Amino acid sequence: MSDACVIHVKVQAEAFDTAAEIEVAKAAGRQVGAVVTFSGVCRDESGRLAALELEHYPGMAEAEIGRIATEAAGRWPVTSLTVIHRHGKLSPGEDIVLVVAASAHRQAAFDAASFLMDFLKTNAPFWKKEHPADGSSGAWVEAKADDDDAASRW
Amino acid sequence: MKLIYFAWVRERIGVAEEDVELPAEVKTAGDLLNWLRARGDRYLEALQDPKVIRVAVNQEHIDHREPIAGAREIALFPPMTGG
Repeated sequence: MSDACVIHVKVQAEAFDTAAEIEVAKAAGRQVGAVVTFSGVCRDESGRLAALELEHYPGMAEAEIGRIATEAAGRWPVTSLTVIHRHGKLSPGEDIVLVVAASAHRQAAFDAASFLMDFLKTNAPFWKKEHPADGSSGAWVEAKADDDDAASRW
Repeated sequence: MKLIYFAWVRERIGVAEEDVELPAEVKTAGDLLNWLRARGDRYLEALQDPKVIRVAVNQEHIDHREPIAGAREIALFPPMTGG
């Protein structure tokens, strides 16, 4: 459907610059009329958490996100899709994930970004472990049935 | 063949990865989970509820009924919680 969708996938420990990634999406050309971004941010759960630790499957994490993005590029006329997912220990307020979807018109960008996040949640090999603020040993975050429901609507 | 474990599957089994020789009767991902469960208490604890365990062969998700023949690398892990 999209003959020239540019896909960028990065899995990294370092922080990213959301504004710079939006500029990259706009730089694809003057046909770009809509840029949708989603940022997933580490919460503190009302002061309960000191940090989240993200484990990932190196190699498969990039490959799986790439497969999801390729599927999205086939479904909507997007000009570019960028996904950056961080790993390692992240403090409340820090970015975990960024999705940038660009297209000529807004609906394709909104839908592609939403689709990407729904499948990233259920299919990208990342796992979150909580580090409680009280110093107790943390638990692994459990997957939510809501996330499976969100992915199945597509 | 290399087996790789992640998150609480890794913690419960106690190693991040290992090389194993699989017997010929282990044909599917489900067979692999059953075979591993018989290897000891740590495996049994990690894999006590096989239906929640996700399996990837050569870095692609597969269903428990699918064959694992020819796999170089098989990963076992809990449901994903990224994003």
